[in-house]
Amino acid sequence: MTTPSSETPLKFGEFQFESRLFLGTGKYESLEIMREALAASGTQCVTVAVRRVSLDSKQPGILDFIDRDRYVLLPNTAGCYTAQDAIRTARLGREAGLSSLVKLEVLGDRLTLLPDPVETLEATRTLVKEGFTVLTYTSDDPVMALRIQDAGAAVVMPLGSPIGSGQGINNPRNIRLIKNSLSVPMIVDAGVGTASDVAVAFELGADGVLLNTGVALAEDPVRMATAMKHAALAGRHSFLAGRIETKEYARPSSPESGKIATSSG
Amino acid sequence: MSQPSIAVEVNGEPRSLPSASTVTSLLRHLELEPARVAVELNREILSRDRYDQPLGAGDRLEIVTFVGGG
Repeated sequence: MTTPSSETPLKFGEFQFESRLFLGTGKYESLEIMREALAASGTQCVTVAVRRVSLDSKQPGILDFIDRDRYVLLPNTAGCYTAQDAIRTARLGREAGLSSLVKLEVLGDRLTLLPDPVETLEATRTLVKEGFTVLTYTSDDPVMALRIQDAGAAVVMPLGSPIGSGQGINNPRNIRLIKNSLSVPMIVDAGVGTASDVAVAFELGADGVLLNTGVALAEDPVRMATAMKHAALAGRHSFLAGRIETKEYARPSSPESGKIATSSG
Repeated sequence: MSQPSIAVEVNGEPRSLPSASTVTSLLRHLELEPARVAVELNREILSRDRYDQPLGAGDRLEIVTFVGGG
């Protein structure tokens, strides 16, 4: 597939990506399947979580399955409920990954895993001051998205729907509003259940899509990763191509003149 | 006669380490590659060039690594 000349790599901070798909590395049945799915998706950037090492048993390291010449690591602050915890986690992730990239996630509710806007904003400000390239996870609130941009985030990441829910893009109008108001890139993060959700996000103007569960827990993760790759291309090209307006009534695709029919149907 | 030891906390668990311990020796004992972890000493990031400094009694260590996540 050729890339139309209007397409450019996605850039933020010191990073640049040809693929606009970002994949998580959690919940795979095995690290071997994860490695295959990442390759099939064509992604160039993968998220990882920061957790305490086990002191008792030696576990296989996920880094043994991620080729760092091929993928940029995006450490997250998943599971943090305060700015303070998220900041600590981000600092540890920077030390372990030797990269200043961080996906900031500060949650506010254990049932919905929706982000806490106040803590999120505070953590964004602090991490930006500390020199991080911050990708901030947020709800699909257009005003909050602007606040996050003002706080210095390199990327705003509104959710499509709650993490791991597979509900897709619940509020497409807000996603479009957010995209139209931002000057930094918008990556839709969370909620993708199937390939068409990815296409919809890109058609709404997303600069990227980050997903994990939709691939990791699919019956065939490698095939789903392939589907996501094609959906990303389809949605992105569709957006750039400029879709037609929707109309109330039909418009014939074939000429009205020169028909042999005599009846006025 | 047992070796002199120090009491520290590692990832929230009390541990007894030989008194001349360092982060380097602890990681070696735990079979962890220094390049694959990050360490906090008493809530402050410990840079890799300080892994050879001796640990003291009561030190609190966090040792983390990357795992799968979204």
